[in-house]
This record gives sequence, C-alpha cells and structure tokens, in this order.
Amino acid sequence: MFISYFTERPYQDEQGEYINTLDLAKSNADYNPVLGGDLYHRYLDEKVYAEEMGFDGLVLNEHHSMPACMGGVINVEASILARITKRARIVLAGNVLPIWDDPLWLAETLAMIDVISRGRLVCGWVRGTGRESVTHNTPSPYNWERYQEAHDLIMKAWTEPGPFRWEGEHFDYRYVNPWPRPLQQPPPIWIPGSLSKATVKWAAERQFPYLMLATEHEPTKRSFEYYDACAREAGHETGSQHRGYLFKVHVDETEELAEQTARKFLQGPSNPFLEGNQGQVRGFMQNLPGMNSRTEVLPTIETWAPAVARGAQRQHKKILEKKKMAKGKDRDYSGSYEEQIAKYTIIAGTPDQVVEKIRNVLEYLRPGIIAIWDGDGAMSHEDTMRALRLLGEEVIPRVREIGKELDLHSPFEVSPVTNKPVAEAVGVG
Amino acid sequence: MQAQDLTTEVAGLSVHLLRGGEGDPAVVLHHSTGPIGWVPFHDELAQRFAVHAVDLPGYGRSDRPSWARHPRDLAILLNRALEQLEMDGVTLIGAGFGGFVAAEMAAMTDARLRSLVLVGAAGIQPAEGEILDQMVLKEEFYVQKSFRDEESFRAFYGEDETGELADLWDFSREMTARVTWRPYMFDRRLPHILATVRTPTLLVWGEEDRVIPRSCAELYARALPNAQLEIVPEAGHVAEYEQPETVARLIAEHVGSLA
Repeated sequence: MFISYFTERPYQDEQGEYINTLDLAKSNADYNPVLGGDLYHRYLDEKVYAEEMGFDGLVLNEHHSMPACMGGVINVEASILARITKRARIVLAGNVLPIWDDPLWLAETLAMIDVISRGRLVCGWVRGTGRESVTHNTPSPYNWERYQEAHDLIMKAWTEPGPFRWEGEHFDYRYVNPWPRPLQQPPPIWIPGSLSKATVKWAAERQFPYLMLATEHEPTKRSFEYYDACAREAGHETGSQHRGYLFKVHVDETEELAEQTARKFLQGPSNPFLEGNQGQVRGFMQNLPGMNSRTEVLPTIETWAPAVARGAQRQHKKILEKKKMAKGKDRDYSGSYEEQIAKYTIIAGTPDQVVEKIRNVLEYLRPGIIAIWDGDGAMSHEDTMRALRLLGEEVIPRVREIGKELDLHSPFEVSPVTNKPVAEAVGVG
Repeated sequence: MQAQDLTTEVAGLSVHLLRGGEGDPAVVLHHSTGPIGWVPFHDELAQRFAVHAVDLPGYGRSDRPSWARHPRDLAILLNRALEQLEMDGVTLIGAGFGGFVAAEMAAMTDARLRSLVLVGAAGIQPAEGEILDQMVLKEEFYVQKSFRDEESFRAFYGEDETGELADLWDFSREMTARVTWRPYMFDRRLPHILATVRTPTLLVWGEEDRVIPRSCAELYARALPNAQLEIVPEAGHVAEYEQPETVARLIAEHVGSLA
C-alpha cells in the first residue's frame, strides 16, 4: 500500500473574495505576493510534516491562473521538497505535458529533481483542462498528439544515451543529450485522470498505474475495469499496483470537530475540482475544440462534478439522455456536504470512523496507491496539522494493515511491469 | 434556387461545393463557423454569377487535411481545386476566415482571378483593437457577436432546437484551431506578400463589425495595390448574411466596372 498526501494549495485570501468566481475571470491585480509567500511556506511545511507522520508520498498538482491551486509550477515545489525531505516520494500529478513547447526542458528539470531527491520522484502526465491550454496558448486540437510525442521524447532522453536527433510531428531537436540523466531508470510514471478513455487505454498499454481523481466509487470501479480490459488486450495482467485513487478524507479529534472542519472542503476559494464549491466553470473554455474526444469518455461522465470541472456538461447531458437517466442537476448535482458524506466523496470523522470507511473504499476499488486529500478549501494550517498528526499516529498504521489483509500492493511492492514482487524483480528487467 | 452538389479531389482529399446560377464564375468561401448550405446571399449572387459555395478543406463535408497547420495550406488546396475545375476569370469571395484564405490564394497567383472580394476578412493583425477570440467564448455567443445584434442573429438562425448548429460550430472551431490558433486569425507575413497582388479587390465591411476591427480593412486597403473599401450599413461581421442584396450588388458593380 502506498499512502500519500494531497492538497490543491488554495490561495486563501483574508477577504474571502474568491468565492463563486467565474473561471479564468479573476484578475491577478489582487494577488498579494506576501500572502502568497506565506501560503507557499505553509504548504511546504505541511508536506514536510506529512513525511514525518509517515506518509509514503507527497502529491503535487498543477493548474494555471487559478487561485484555488497555487501550484502553477509544481516543478518548483518538487525541487524544494527534493532537498528538504528525506524519505517520502515526490509524486507529480502531474506535469501538463501538452503545454510544453520545449519538453526537453521538462525532461532536464525532472531529471534534476530525481537526482537531487536521490531517486524519489514519481512523474505523472496530464492533458490539462482548457485552462492550461488557454493560459499557455497551446493549440487544443493537438493536445493528445503533443502529450504522446512529448512522453516518447522524454523517455528516450532519459533512457537512451545521447546525443541524438529528434524530428517529430510537433517537436524538433537537433541535439538531445540532457545533463543530468535521472537516477531512476526511468522515474516511475503514474497517470492521473478522470474522464478520457484514450488516456486510460494509453496508460494501460504501457502498464502505467492510473490514478483516479476524486471520482465517485461506482464509475471509478468501472473505469478501472476499462483499464484492466485495455491492459488485457495489450497482453498485460493487472493488479492493485496499477490502481490509484485520490479521495477527500478529514480526520479530527472529535466527531463534531471533524464535521465542522470537513465542511470547509466546500468553503474557501471556488475550485472546479472541489465538489460543492466548483464556482462558475465555463464549459466552452475548459472543453476546447478538439481537445478531448466528445464521445470516448469514461463512465465518470455520468456524474456531474467531474463533467462540469472539465467543461463536458453537454456530453454529460447527452449521455444521460442516451441512457435514459434522470437529468444531471436534478439527479446528482454535487452540492451538499451531507450528500457527499453519503456517497463517500468526503470521508470525515474520528480515526476509528475514518479507518472503517477507508476500509470500504479499499475493499471496493482495490487500489495499491491512495492519495488522501485534506487541508483544502477553507481549512487552516492548524486544521491541517491536526489531521496530519492523527493520520500519522492513528490512521496510516491501520490502513497499512488493512492493505496487507486485502492483499493490496503498491507499484513499489509489486512491479507494474513484471507483476512480480519488486525484491524478486530486481535485476530481472 | 436548386443548388447542385459537386465534389472534386485534391491531394487525395475530397472538396465539396454547391453550385447554382449562371454567368461568370464566382467562388464563395465561408466563415470559420462553417458552411451552412445555400443561403440568400448565394441566391442574390446567382442572378449574375455561376456561384460555387465551397466547403473549405476540413469544414462541412470536405475532408480534413490533418496535416494542415495554416490557412495557407487550405489556400494551396483550393487554388489546385480551381485548376482542376478548369475555372478562369473567377470572382473569389471570402468572408471572415474565408477572406483570410482567399487573400492567401490571391497572394499566390492572379492567374485564375478576375477579382477578389474580402468581406470582413481576417488575415491581418489589427493596428487598433483586437480580433474577437472565439476560442474563449461560448460558440453561440461568438456567432451572435458576428451579427449586428441579437435580433438579427435570431432572424437568421432561428432557434437551435436540435443542437445541430452547436455541433457544427464545435466541429468547425476545431478545424479553425488547427490552422490559426496562434497567432489567432492573422499572419504577420501576409501584408507583405499582398503587395504583389494585381487582381482588383473589393473590400466589404459591415459598419458594425464586432469581430474584425475596421483597422484591418484599412490595412488591407493599404497592403493591396488595387483595392477599394465599401462600408455596409446595418450589418455586423457577417455583412453578406445580414445584407445579402447590398453585398451582392456591390460585388456585381465592382465586377461590372472591370469589364
């Protein structure tokens, strides 16, 4: 079991002005760099504490021009963590591959982070939402092609001796010979996602673990089954080492305090990815022309929250009509805290309560990787530190036991390539 | 009027067009939002011309050149299509993005052209103002902005009850993004090569164009050695949809004056 910690690192301003904001409409004229610095310090300190409390991984994600996520350049945060942490893996979930016009620069950056961290980097590639393509002005119809070519180039730059020439459809280099090379050969790659079938298939064919991002259980399970089917088609077996799941958990000292604090997931700066406080997402801008297939989507499209976060409201409605299901907003418009508690998209309580619910998640979805999403929305540093302490002292050890009991293995225990225990796999590949 | 379906093949791709009317040949290139069939403007033109309303490569029923990265690529294909259809003395009419492609075609060769007509044409970076960016607008809102007002938009399109138009706009927008994402809707080299165009050119701009700034019309007039500018009242960017009679008359007069 690989247990990691995640937060989006919201820009929490004191005036609370970032509530129900219109997507990509907030001017940075209001950005306060002193407050920004304080918050970056806070979130980095919390990561260091999470390592102390026994987390295996520190997960970072990236969004652009979005106050709800301060990780515009996760490679900066990862670089700092590479030096100030000692043991935990630094999990990037992930770099927005298509927006790099110069992906060799990314290969160099990540290799440096891997070397500085002594081989603790876990890479992740995402397609990004329209937000990322708009802000860095990447032509959306080539998003998927650029993603794949950038990956191929980076892998080659990491694993094959240079110099070599690269002349692809989207990237051209006359001299590829990055210095340094990464310590891990190559760094592991996990693919985070929630809607695109193409990405799941691509990951499954390459045996990259797939990390589902805070989606509802039933469609998540079906998405994992789709991954398994794609892997089988490509001749690969699958197991818990290929499954990752990120979900919201808040643990606290008492049931009352847990509820009071977990409600803050729905407060603070609006975040398209935080159900119940998604703000005003402009679908036409998130679901840019040709960026994603309009039809090849995971079962998670049937639920409103991930659809709206990625601007796929029209597809969501179409699929419900096709399946003769009740219309989105009436059926499952995410909103209330109570509803999310009921459907497990938020787990909150005392350590005992939380452990039982996490057991249910592990039994149902069978992931070898979990990312616990806490300390977000309007939660304060104190809220987060309390939760991290309790997670470390009372939750993580018990979740590890449950993982053993359920035979759930992380990719560091069972290789996702050979599907054999890693100790045995050493020297094989 | 009953228009006739035609296809021709260029570089292994089928190019679809509608043909109607009798007279000198005219070729009409549509906006980036896609071809919407035979419209009243085509009827007006057909009184004087043999009208060829082309689905630009990658739009409507024409095959997509997946390798195309610039409107110039579409222009090359269409010049070859004119050759293939053995068309000469053509009045080439381009509206909006179609005007960008038409300008690129004329910049390549005057050989088959009698006149060039650019209606609210994209292609040149405005000196003042900005080209309205459809990539960050809801499709319907963008299309509405191309009319002088909402009433005019509704009168033309009616209600999109089946979602057919929304699908067309989404599909067309993808092709547009493939060839003119950045810079958006212009090419910095185009004004320079336009200096070599000998074909007489009519520039038509809706007085209330909210998509392509008027400064672009002025820059076209300056870049092209042989161009005149006409402003159409009570029209926005899609002047030929809103004032089909006026725009068709201006074109007929322009071509008539060349005889």
